[in-house]
Amino acid sequence: MRRGPEGAQSRAAWYFLAPALLLIGVFFFLPVVASLLLSVTDFDIYAIGDPSLARFVGATNYANLLHNPTFWTAVENTFYFALVGGPLTVAVSLAAALLVNARAVRLRGLFRTIYFTPFVTTLVAIAVVWRYLYHPRYGLLNYLLGHLGIGPIDWLGDPHWAMPAIIVMAIWKNFGYNMLIFIAGLQSIPEELYEAARIDGANAWRRFRHVTIPQLAPTFLFVGVVTMIGYFQLFAEPYVMTGGGPLRATTSLVLFMYEEGFRWWRMGNAAAIAFVLFVIILAWTLIQLRVQRERA
Amino acid sequence: MATSAEPVVRHNAAMAAVMKAILYGLLVGGAIVALLPTVWMISASFMKTGEANSYPPHFLPHAPTLEHYRTLFSRLSLGRYLGNSALVSVAVTVLSLTVNSLAGYALAKLRFRGRDRLYRSLALGLVIPVQVSMLPLFLLMKSLHLVNTYWGVIIPGMASIFGIFLIRQYALSIPDDLLDAARVDGASELRVYRSVVLPVIAPILATLAIWTFLATWNDFMWPLIILSDERRFTLPVALASLSGEHVQDTELMMAGSVVTVLPVLITFLILQRYYVAGIMLGSVKE
Repeated sequence: MRRGPEGAQSRAAWYFLAPALLLIGVFFFLPVVASLLLSVTDFDIYAIGDPSLARFVGATNYANLLHNPTFWTAVENTFYFALVGGPLTVAVSLAAALLVNARAVRLRGLFRTIYFTPFVTTLVAIAVVWRYLYHPRYGLLNYLLGHLGIGPIDWLGDPHWAMPAIIVMAIWKNFGYNMLIFIAGLQSIPEELYEAARIDGANAWRRFRHVTIPQLAPTFLFVGVVTMIGYFQLFAEPYVMTGGGPLRATTSLVLFMYEEGFRWWRMGNAAAIAFVLFVIILAWTLIQLRVQRERA
Repeated sequence: MATSAEPVVRHNAAMAAVMKAILYGLLVGGAIVALLPTVWMISASFMKTGEANSYPPHFLPHAPTLEHYRTLFSRLSLGRYLGNSALVSVAVTVLSLTVNSLAGYALAKLRFRGRDRLYRSLALGLVIPVQVSMLPLFLLMKSLHLVNTYWGVIIPGMASIFGIFLIRQYALSIPDDLLDAARVDGASELRVYRSVVLPVIAPILATLAIWTFLATWNDFMWPLIILSDERRFTLPVALASLSGEHVQDTELMMAGSVVTVLPVLITFLILQRYYVAGIMLGSVKE
């Protein structure tokens, strides 16, 4: 142990850090590592009673996944939700930020609050509400669309419409958060840049294209990464609204993992699914970071 | 004849008026879309049984009734779930604020060996989806006899890397002179933390408190996994389970959703100043 003020500070630091590191180590990092181990065993309902029954099976769980059509459906659905829903959410967020931030607007604070409220609401409750909004006969959505001459759509009962319906709800629920971050980004763009562009004769569109968008690049990266990481973890929406159906059209990877692990107690298999999810999220995040770096 | 500039000016003024009308049209339209589901939820919760399933739909209850709220609290013990949610959310908020602020401050301002490496290792944890930990965590909780207990829900929420980083970011701006002055006066490190650091980082603590409370209240997947006994259910878990059994009772489910959403919505509306400030801080300085 070092003595003197330096040593005292170092000792205090570890005392201060100890509770957090212990909790995060034991209840997060340790399970993550254990998850990798679990994924190479045949841990099942019998092993829950007596863990010594679990045997090492190598990559069998991963190999089985590759031959499991439900797994591929879940991968496809997860990418569908993330790759369609993610960019749409970012686009709607940016549009909302531009509207709320427009110079001519009064009551900005009010609009900002209204747009943000969906984000703080409880997802499960909102999913319950939207299930009724999407009701083919009595739902508000079909009623309103009926006025536009669009025939009743069985939103959550039709395999083609169930995922779009969940995406629309997710956009509604989540755009407010990204909007706030875009507003902060917009407000940090120096006014002189716009003035210089104006003097050069740039119209509103060109100012948006050549000043706003490039200046928002770091914001785009942050919003993009956070949104995509969140969207790859789709779970509660299909759990509550569709149960993963119809015809598995909304079964996501996390929902599939939950069913395998906590409904059928095939935990080895479920751990393999969890790791596939991890690899997908990690790879996608790295791609986004690299693309951003190359553009800069 | 008018000068040639005049029609241009008038034209511009007319354009500006049209643009403004479009702008407000979009803003108000967006506000209606943002509010409609929540407003309909509240409205339908006061409708008589079956009224929400009428065609054309009613936007407002024709004869408002509290019967569904009565049913929820008397027959379906929603009061109990409300209590469970409040208990778990408050406990996680208080405990995690203590744990995260100590760690965040230490990472920002105290000098010790391995600080940067520790920071990087923790940052690594941010890209690991929490679902990866859930299966072994369940087995761990089982061996600790914490399955189906409040502690089983609370403990994994007691420390968060995100929370630690948010506080670290904020604490970095504390001037070293301020801390050193207190040390020269003979204050222990714990005392420096309590009487110098805490008051300075109070704004970010407020943000993190609201953030944690809302996130814990709204959390679904982990409570769903760890709680099996109905009596311990939090509101979202109870609501998901009720919505399976009472799928036909639209008005009842809307009342249940209102009870679930209203506490967080009110908390947000009262404290939004702190909450919003923190979100912007957490992202911009990233």
